[in-house]
Amino acid sequence: MHLLLKFIDFCKIVSYFSGLNLKDVAMYTQGLTHEPEAAVHAVGDEAALTRFQARIDGEQRIEPNDAMPAAYRRTLVRQISQHAHSEIVGMLPEGNWITRAPTLRRKVALLAKVQDECGHGLYLYAAAETLDATREQLYDDLLAGKARYSSIFNYPTPTWADIGAIGWLVDGAALMNQIPLCRCSYGPYARAMIRVCKEESFHQRQGYEIMLTLARGTPAQQRMAQDALNRWWWPCLMMFGPPDGESQHSDTSTLWKIKRFSNDELRQKFIDATVPQAHFLGLTIPDAALRFDEATGHWQHGAIDWEEFRQVLAGNGPCNNERMAARRKAHDEGAWVREAALAHASKQAKRAA
Amino acid sequence: MPATSIALATDPLLRFILRRADDALVLGHRLSEWCGHAPMLEEDMALANIALDLLGQARALYAYAGVVEGAGHDEDAYAYLRDPADYLNLLLVEQPNGDFARTIVRVWLYSAFMDLWWQRMTASKDAQLAAIAARAVKEVAYHLRHAAAWVVRLGDGTPESHQRAQAGLALLWPYAGEMLTSEPDEAALIAAGVACDPETLRAPWLGRVKAVAAEAGISLPTTPFSQQGGRRGHHGEAMGHLLAELQYMQRTYPAAQW
Ligand SMILES: [Fe+2]
Ligand SMILES: [Fe+2]
Repeated sequence: MHLLLKFIDFCKIVSYFSGLNLKDVAMYTQGLTHEPEAAVHAVGDEAALTRFQARIDGEQRIEPNDAMPAAYRRTLVRQISQHAHSEIVGMLPEGNWITRAPTLRRKVALLAKVQDECGHGLYLYAAAETLDATREQLYDDLLAGKARYSSIFNYPTPTWADIGAIGWLVDGAALMNQIPLCRCSYGPYARAMIRVCKEESFHQRQGYEIMLTLARGTPAQQRMAQDALNRWWWPCLMMFGPPDGESQHSDTSTLWKIKRFSNDELRQKFIDATVPQAHFLGLTIPDAALRFDEATGHWQHGAIDWEEFRQVLAGNGPCNNERMAARRKAHDEGAWVREAALAHASKQAKRAA
Repeated sequence: MPATSIALATDPLLRFILRRADDALVLGHRLSEWCGHAPMLEEDMALANIALDLLGQARALYAYAGVVEGAGHDEDAYAYLRDPADYLNLLLVEQPNGDFARTIVRVWLYSAFMDLWWQRMTASKDAQLAAIAARAVKEVAYHLRHAAAWVVRLGDGTPESHQRAQAGLALLWPYAGEMLTSEPDEAALIAAGVACDPETLRAPWLGRVKAVAAEAGISLPTTPFSQQGGRRGHHGEAMGHLLAELQYMQRTYPAAQW
């Protein structure tokens, strides 16, 4: 992290507003990001579109300077920026426990984890900037409530067990979504995902280890762990987005090899991986209908409350207001700092001239 | 871990180590409060990074304190099970963060001193302390560069940032002198070459601080270094709140493993 920091430190002032171009950097997109089919055909001529699709079908990576349909670019900017926003807003629920972590080892690990998430946000904004978006504009859209971030970060972290549950389940679900993105057709996004996935997988193991310690602990700790699982399980299943039958727009993302698995496929993979882990912890998944289907080899889950999901996306989740208020407060209260840095840089430039 | 507060032995080496460990923990804790709330994402990263280094230094020092004391106390016993009066950190590091300017000014004043201090400590006759210093010296050099660069940006930047930097400095200055003085029980350690005498670093520290202040166009306060007592466990009002948060879990669920 030190090396990265020195680099960031170095280009901080020049980059903050002009747009940091790390190029080779960076799931929290919930399958809501897809362009309507019609938009594909609205741009470029047919021959160019055919050539582009042939490259995609040939599993060739698309790079920033390559020709691409405007809708492909828009879809990616929206998906990558939503992902970046999720990393940044996602710092808040876990940040809630940094000052109260129960041991020094946990404190250091949690602070480093939240710092990693910030780093993910930075790589992802940089990846979006290879598509001619600017971090400043994307971030303004978030603060203005025009851009989305993952619904999962609108849930609260009342106990220490939430830190375990987030690592285990939220980072676990993110990882399930992001591993296929390492093969996404857009080069900078795919490469960023490789780096991000390594860290997410570390976070996931760390979260599980917290849960294991609690599950093997005192009755109070066990209760805390079960309570956290009860609260995070269903929202985590919602992280994968609406059921396949209801999401009309994933066709183009699949066609362009941005998305390689459907929402339901990824959700199923997550459930199949996670249920045995919960059993090993001795915890109960809060789904009375959950059962193993011998015929398919999959765990079948009960009905997901999609109305809750819609409410959270509509801004009515438990912490939507707090999360946005915290981001806006940091941004507003930091305005004078950013202005000072710019003013100093321009004075320096004048003095040098 | 024991279930209740631990008592400290009066061994001078133990107290010498704990004083510096407590400085690092308390300042690391303060800086960690910024995570997710900094003026720009790069500063979320940088302040977390400095906090992580300081927490790492604190852990290394607590581990060694445990060996020196020989009472079976680990890093968490020191961090989570001491009452405020047994915390020996500088008053400077326990002050609330305030705005970004005050936060940065504190890191600057502290690191300008600790950079010199750790350099000296690399030659400590105590091999363990010298080894901890060898690592810390690299970290603190970065903390100092980062903070000093910001002091210059803020002092030179806009009227508002200049005013805020100046106000932060005025507020913290009375506390800055405590790090330049040694405690009576450190004399033998200084004589033996185990500890370094902070008095000998006063002039070089002031020289460095003056140079950065001049570049930033801010003036050093003329007020005296009037505030001390943290080294003996005499803390201000903020300390109890800090420890209430830091120690919340260990105090609420005594003797649990986390
Ligand atoms: Fe992340
Ligand atoms: Fe993560």
